[in-house]
Amino acid sequence: MANPAKEAGLAAIRSKGWWRAHQWLFLRRFSQLLVLGLFLSGPWFGLWVIKGNLNSSLLLNTVPMTDPYILLQSLFAAMLPASTAFIGVAIVLGFYLVVGGRVYCSWVCPVNIITDAAAWLRRRFNFKGKNFSINRHVRYWLLGLTLILASLSGSLLWELVNPVSMLHRGLLFGLGLGWYVILAVFLFDWLLSKNGWCGHLCPVGAFYSLATVVARVRVSADKRAQCDDCMDCFAVCPEPQVIKSALKGADQGISPVIYAANCTNCGRCIDVCAKDVFAFQWQKFIK
Amino acid sequence: MAHQKPAPRPINRRQFLGETAQMLAASSLIAMGLMGYGKHSHALPATALRPPGALPEEDFLGACIRCGLCVRSCPYNTLKLAQVGDDIATGTPYFIARDVPCEMCEDIPCIPACPTHALNHDLKKIDQAKMGLAQITDQSACIAFLGLRCEVCYNVCPVRGKAITLERQHNARSGKHALFIPVLHFDACTGCGKCEEACILEEAAIKVLPIALAKGKMQAHYKVGWQEKQQAGQALVTPDVEHQFNLPSGKRYDYYGEGLVDTPEEIAPPFANNPLDSLNQKQEP
Ligand code: SF4
Ligand code: SF4
Ligand code: SF4
Ligand code: SF4
Repeated sequence: MANPAKEAGLAAIRSKGWWRAHQWLFLRRFSQLLVLGLFLSGPWFGLWVIKGNLNSSLLLNTVPMTDPYILLQSLFAAMLPASTAFIGVAIVLGFYLVVGGRVYCSWVCPVNIITDAAAWLRRRFNFKGKNFSINRHVRYWLLGLTLILASLSGSLLWELVNPVSMLHRGLLFGLGLGWYVILAVFLFDWLLSKNGWCGHLCPVGAFYSLATVVARVRVSADKRAQCDDCMDCFAVCPEPQVIKSALKGADQGISPVIYAANCTNCGRCIDVCAKDVFAFQWQKFIK
Repeated sequence: MAHQKPAPRPINRRQFLGETAQMLAASSLIAMGLMGYGKHSHALPATALRPPGALPEEDFLGACIRCGLCVRSCPYNTLKLAQVGDDIATGTPYFIARDVPCEMCEDIPCIPACPTHALNHDLKKIDQAKMGLAQITDQSACIAFLGLRCEVCYNVCPVRGKAITLERQHNARSGKHALFIPVLHFDACTGCGKCEEACILEEAAIKVLPIALAKGKMQAHYKVGWQEKQQAGQALVTPDVEHQFNLPSGKRYDYYGEGLVDTPEEIAPPFANNPLDSLNQKQEP
């Protein structure tokens, strides 16, 4: 029997204990805050581990890392960057191609903490308001649009309003009125649309979804036979549409591995499942 | 186990076309909004200067990926990244000369730090930077024009004696002193902003303006005669023929209205070769 969304995860806490019902969430928050902390230790304490921001940065004054999506926008604006940026992109893209593009979303992006909080509020207080439902493909349209706009205007138009780079840069360099944009994303997700931003609109997430195609690290519903249909995983997953075929596709011979590009590899389904159906799995290169 | 990846869910044609139309409409609305907002926030305010080597503004906005590595590499904390609401494209680096000017580091660390070509990596000599152009924007406030010897801007200028020179002029008010007027030279000024920062006035009378604002431009067909002459090694137009009067002997032409008059003896014509002489001549009683 399906549990109410408000109680998602309670069964897991009862059967596995608090820690095992929260370990991936904890590790994820740790990773997100660690990334932010490494960036902040410079401006705050003069301890320069990594300089710049998520758009482009320099680790320990040697390793360049550049966000492939911002560079793509710049290329669309017909500007050719220096070689450092290409090396930086190769490093970042290489990493995400292996671990899954949307690992960026659930393990690095600072906006995720905010939209997760909004989703939690929605669940916890049994939000009765409207769910303004948006097609999940809108993000790909927006992604295309940002690139077209870059090339039409010759400038990185999207970066004027992109909440993702805005928040991370703002925390390091000052956000100004950008707080309103972040607040808007939070309120939108909380009051207007469930997982509205990250699950439907964000072009950054859309870009990283595309980078998920060959990912080696995947969530797999290996023990799907044990599923007792509590639906807790659907309640907590920011992209619940990716679970269904892997979890319920045994009859049709569909693999238990979640291959869907939108899965963020957040591992929250692993946490909340009292039956331990899900697990992270390394995909071998040769099948 | 021969598991397959799930097949993509088929969508029917109607749905697909409907979705496409909706998205196109929404996209064009967003595009218009962003274009409008972009236009507004791309008008760089005159007080904001870009780091050394920055490309012209239109290119800069496409090349700069808003990473702030230039900001972090500046030892003087000159550069800042624009925040939302700043009137400068969000996340792009700038500095305000009157607050913290560019110290014109010899090794220009901000340029190699830039992972793109937003800051031109070919700029190796900071003296060739063109971050802006200084101008005395208010002569009535600059105390040098009042006859005081200030010269602060002249002395702090890192391109000393080239970007600003002091031109001596007669002080017409006192009648017996000189004015030491700061004169700006576009070819040497880097736009570092040291002068604007140092100006002793409450509100600086010398200001560094963005090049696009400060710089004039002649029409392409305007030619400076003496430069052309020097380049060609000779005049490019046929020189004027010296006018020949064919006067009867013992006559001369009077330029003051007498017409032809008798010349008892040779008098110098009233217009000398040097026009200044003629003018001086007239002043004499
Ligand atoms: S979808 Fe966008 S905002 Fe959400 S976590 Fe991913 S990159 Fe960040
Ligand atoms: S030249 Fe030096 S002082 Fe000027 S902006 Fe670059 S790093 Fe800063
Ligand atoms: S280092 Fe270059 S790309 Fe980064 S903010 Fe400065 S000018 Fe822009
Ligand atoms: S901005 Fe001022 S101080 Fe700097 S080079 Fe020009 S005249 Fe000199």
